Amino acid sequence: MTEFLNMGGYGLYVWPAYLIVAIVLILNLVVPLRRHRRLLSKMSRHNNLNGPHAP
Amino acid sequence: MSALSLAFHRLASLPYFYSLAGKLLPWAGGLSIVLFGVGLYMGLVLAPTDYEQGDSYRIIYVHVPAAWMSMLVYVVLAISGAIALVWRLKLAEVVARASAPIGASYTFLALATGSIWGKPMWGTWWIWDARLTSELILLFLYLGYMALQSAIDDRRTAARAGAVLALVGVVNLPIIHYSVEWWSTLHQGPTVSKFDSPSIHLSMLIPLLLMALAFKIHFVTAILARIRPEILVREQRTQWVERLISQRQS
Amino acid sequence: MTPLRRQRFILVGLLVLGVSVALGLALLALRENINLFFSPTQVMAGEAPQQANFRLGGMVVEGSVQRPDADLSVEFVLTDTVEQVTVTYKGFLPDLFREGQGIVAQGMLNSNGIFEANQVLAKHDENYMPPEVADALKKAKEMGLK
Repeated sequence: MTEFLNMGGYGLYVWPAYLIVAIVLILNLVVPLRRHRRLLSKMSRHNNLNGPHAP
Repeated sequence: MSALSLAFHRLASLPYFYSLAGKLLPWAGGLSIVLFGVGLYMGLVLAPTDYEQGDSYRIIYVHVPAAWMSMLVYVVLAISGAIALVWRLKLAEVVARASAPIGASYTFLALATGSIWGKPMWGTWWIWDARLTSELILLFLYLGYMALQSAIDDRRTAARAGAVLALVGVVNLPIIHYSVEWWSTLHQGPTVSKFDSPSIHLSMLIPLLLMALAFKIHFVTAILARIRPEILVREQRTQWVERLISQRQS
Repeated sequence: MTPLRRQRFILVGLLVLGVSVALGLALLALRENINLFFSPTQVMAGEAPQQANFRLGGMVVEGSVQRPDADLSVEFVLTDTVEQVTVTYKGFLPDLFREGQGIVAQGMLNSNGIFEANQVLAKHDENYMPPEVADALKKAKEMGLK
């Protein structure tokens, strides 16, 4: 396992590279999903303030 | 209208695409997680060490897919921009706007991982050679596009202005690709798109292609996730969105 | 396509074409400036700057690497298979620096025609393979030469 983490002496380069990639790829999904959820609840609140709409 | 163009018009309608994106999203996300799992295991564990670069070469499994995607997403941006310009199709405007930040993030990843790879192998984090410089210009094109989008309030006007910028930047794509052949650079020549062998051993190529596929499906997931709130914002005053909101409340 | 759409389509095409031609001509004019390094042939032909910093690229000649002193200074010969330039350098070399390797050195020519480098970068090739395969290929190549 330590051998794997060591990456033939290049672990200090390989792992940060993969870490940056992981962070950016996850943010790419989390940010829009959260934005969508917030948008929906904001629009619901807005709807309530304006009163119920006719069907 | 033929059945095909009818199906196309239905697909391109924003309410339909909004719900379709919602249905596809978990599947695309799940598939990309599986592909990343297999690709990472093969690339980091199964693939052999490189004869010249040792284990540092394993950065290739994120660097090259990110670099490919940075260009592929730009193609998506430019083509959807062109469709938005010529046919004024709303879905094309939404796709263009949603793809830009994702493309920018892939470009950033290609530059960052390349820099981390360059330090131990080349001996420098950065050099102003044709490949690195043209890839940096690609990042600025994305950022310029995004700045333009946020500077113009009306989304339809912003889409057209952005499309012109995106189309002007298309010329950068062949420059990035051929930079290592047209000019002398520190960056080496192409590996995978070369026809004579051996450029990359099969045991190293398969994980690379798997990771590239994982990145592609990640892009599909990310753009679907971005398209949904974008459609809601554009259509917030329409009946179907109000119906959607009141359905959610009941 | 309606006439209006066709017109817009043509405009989009002209935009891309126009930008490509303009930039293509500009890059053609700037070709020499975009190249990262000069080759030993160009240096011997006097095309490289005199008394100014520039980059020199080439392959380290097999058996040419010498370390005259006990410190970090190193001397080697760079070639593009036509001409050769001797390079001196003092400092840390990248991991990939070895004989037969492509490198890019930054520095200046001295009055003896020796390139005094202040930075040495290694270029690696586009081939990736396990060491066993590389060995096998090397052996096969040697067999072929005999």
